[in-house]
Amino acid sequence: MIRAQNVMKWFGPNLAVDDVSFEVQKGEVLGFLGPNGAGKSTTMRIVTGFLPLSGGKVEVGGHDIEEDPIGAKSLIGYLPENAPSYPEMTVEAFLGFVAELRGFKGTAKREAVERVITTCFLERVRHQPIDTLSKGYTHRTCFAQSIIHDPPVLVLDEPTDGLDPNQKQEVRDLIKSMGKEKAIIISTHILEEVDAICSRLIIIDRGKLVFNGTPDELKQRSDISGAVTVRVLSAPSKDVAAVLGGHDEVSRVDVLSEADGACVLRAFPKSVGETCSAAALSKLLQDKGWSFDELHTEEGRLDEVFRTVTIPDTVPTAGASSEEDSK
Amino acid sequence: MNYLSKLWTISRRELASYFQSPVAYVFIIIFLMLCGFFTFMVGNFFARNEASLASFFLWHPWLYLFLVPAAGMRLWAEERRSGSIELLLTLPVTPSQAILGKFLAAWLFLGLALLLTFPIIATVVYLGDPDGGVMATGYFGSFLVIGAYLSITSMTSAMTRNQVVSFITSVVVCLFLILAGWPPVTNMLVNWAPGWVVQGVASCSVIPHFDGLQRGVVDTRDLVYFLSVICFSLFTTGVILRNHRAG
Repeated sequence: MIRAQNVMKWFGPNLAVDDVSFEVQKGEVLGFLGPNGAGKSTTMRIVTGFLPLSGGKVEVGGHDIEEDPIGAKSLIGYLPENAPSYPEMTVEAFLGFVAELRGFKGTAKREAVERVITTCFLERVRHQPIDTLSKGYTHRTCFAQSIIHDPPVLVLDEPTDGLDPNQKQEVRDLIKSMGKEKAIIISTHILEEVDAICSRLIIIDRGKLVFNGTPDELKQRSDISGAVTVRVLSAPSKDVAAVLGGHDEVSRVDVLSEADGACVLRAFPKSVGETCSAAALSKLLQDKGWSFDELHTEEGRLDEVFRTVTIPDTVPTAGASSEEDSK
Repeated sequence: MNYLSKLWTISRRELASYFQSPVAYVFIIIFLMLCGFFTFMVGNFFARNEASLASFFLWHPWLYLFLVPAAGMRLWAEERRSGSIELLLTLPVTPSQAILGKFLAAWLFLGLALLLTFPIIATVVYLGDPDGGVMATGYFGSFLVIGAYLSITSMTSAMTRNQVVSFITSVVVCLFLILAGWPPVTNMLVNWAPGWVVQGVASCSVIPHFDGLQRGVVDTRDLVYFLSVICFSLFTTGVILRNHRAG
């Protein structure tokens, strides 16, 4: 449904989006991840036709965003960052306005407005001006506007920003259920959210695409992915480490903690992508007669990988300095 | 048809937003009070002893100099400040629908304020026997002056997210339109600029074009003047909005 090819965006001398390509099919939820200012919102603004491209091509449902903007925009529902709206309008009037511009008239318009008021739990505030609403309601109002025409493509810039935990869960469930028959892009910097909703994700850092794959693939890049963590009761950690380290599949063993006579150890596989056999390790421990109350294989942690693939602002990097040189 | 219905949807929303805040009421009251003050106290309406609206229309280009930018400064500056421009321009509407729709709303609002000066007509009709046609073209001309100023305000409003900057810039541009034909301004040019430049600058002035309409003369050149100012400014609004997004 969405195809972005070699998207480039310059703001004056600054390259905000550098050669980013991705595709989203129907039934996919694509997560945009990246540090603040990485170019997530800019990319979304390009896909939705708000910002013109500096180079590359974007197609939405077969409509080129530059050549047939109206055709493309009709297919997209968009929740911009910070959920802007017209603050003096009431929720109902605002949704009616958007519905009209989306081509609804008369009864169809009223039905569309009623439907999203119900879906987004806005019944209580429908007659209130938007500037009197709390942040959560404002956000949901703008979210409601994005789904009012039941679009095949949804672009949501930080859809759970500013919501309380319950509302976050509601919005996530809603996105997940809509994800089955739509192509959805969401941006976020909440990593659990990626795990909870996204079927695929891309990471953008300083305008460049640094990862494109499933959340599981990303986790496998984690150092601890495939490691086995075990909590052994009543045995000295040194002995346990020696025994586990002797196994073929294990490259090294770290002692994580030691307290009350129990110790927690982690056995790492020989190389990234492989997995230590939990069964084999538990057999080793049982043979020694050591009892343990916990043993599991690590999936890998997103936050850790996120840190390794993106570069924190505070650290000057080789990449950034070479960019300076090339200017 | 679809083009116009979306344009009208945008206009209606914009028009409603004027009346949803106190702005509209404060604006209309101040406008009417100033109109009355200038017509009767400054323009010596009664001392002129003639059944015409000359002393009423005389002040309009000056009155509008501040009031029209005040009413139009928010058109795009506010959309940019609040970010709703992102919402509006990602809906399936063309930039021209948005620009014309918003302009039309503000023009209609100011037109309404102008219509509310009707007691002055009643006064003239009661006191004498005025020429209805001249009054009609006067109102029409006054409405065109509003349109010209407003299109300029739309342009300056698109340049900034700050309404005050938008206001001041449009006042300056509109002031130029008033003063362009004034001798002190043309004398500044006459010594060094070629004659056609002086002529060109002088003919930018809004006053002579409004004068004809005030006197009941509908000259095509005056209509072309107002329409070209409006078209040029609205077109430039589009260019500015596009450039701003192009970065």
